[in-house]
Amino acid sequence: MRTRPLSPHLSVYKLKYTMLTSGLNRITGMGLSVGLVLLVYWLMAVAGGARAQAHAARLLSLPVMKLVYAGFIVAACYHLVAGIRHLVWDTGRGLERAQSQRSAWLVVIASLLLMLLVGYGAWLAMARTP
Amino acid sequence: MSLRTPMRRVLGVGSAKGGVHHWWVQRLTAVALVPLSVWFAVSLLTLPSLDHATVAAWMGQSSTALLLILLVLVATWHSRLGLEVVVEDYVPGPGARTVTLVVVNFAHALLAAAGVFAVLKVALGGAA
Repeated sequence: MRTRPLSPHLSVYKLKYTMLTSGLNRITGMGLSVGLVLLVYWLMAVAGGARAQAHAARLLSLPVMKLVYAGFIVAACYHLVAGIRHLVWDTGRGLERAQSQRSAWLVVIASLLLMLLVGYGAWLAMARTP
Repeated sequence: MSLRTPMRRVLGVGSAKGGVHHWWVQRLTAVALVPLSVWFAVSLLTLPSLDHATVAAWMGQSSTALLLILLVLVATWHSRLGLEVVVEDYVPGPGARTVTLVVVNFAHALLAAAGVFAVLKVALGGAA
């Protein structure tokens, strides 16, 4: 294919946190798409009966999966909060530079709090069922 | 009056009158996913156990089955729309891009069908 000129993008901008918050939304969204595969795998395992679920549980309860679940909690919390910011933007509000810089910090803080809350819930659930 | 055929319009740079629909459904599914994902997280974390009997009994309730089917359908739809935009942005070349879009769409159709099938099987009493 003929190489055509590209308009300058990532390389010409100074990295700013407002860019990061937007880019992270896309990256966490892609991660959650992978999580969807895991969710459907689990649903299929439950539908397959007790033995099928026990078989799947061997894979789903591997120690490394704890890291994967932690990743999904982080991605889901961030994508949820950042997604709400995008929905607010869609109404035409909060698009001024100072406003979007403030909401970037709000997204970081709110999603961190949500991660802690869900993480605590997961920890309690784990303590309940070993 | 334009003399361009609809096909020309789709293949060229002109609007095929479908862009707004993609954008709108992405937002519609995003709004729906806010309560659905919160419900799912809270339900999952408050289940007394994740063994088969507990999970199957939970999925067997009509309200759970209904919300799970909605979650699977809305989440796969949202994911499909999101990944389509990512593919369109980063996969170079019309050939590779089209093939990737087909794969993304087929994979999501499979996920949606499998997820709904699994919930229905448990809810309608097929799970042993």
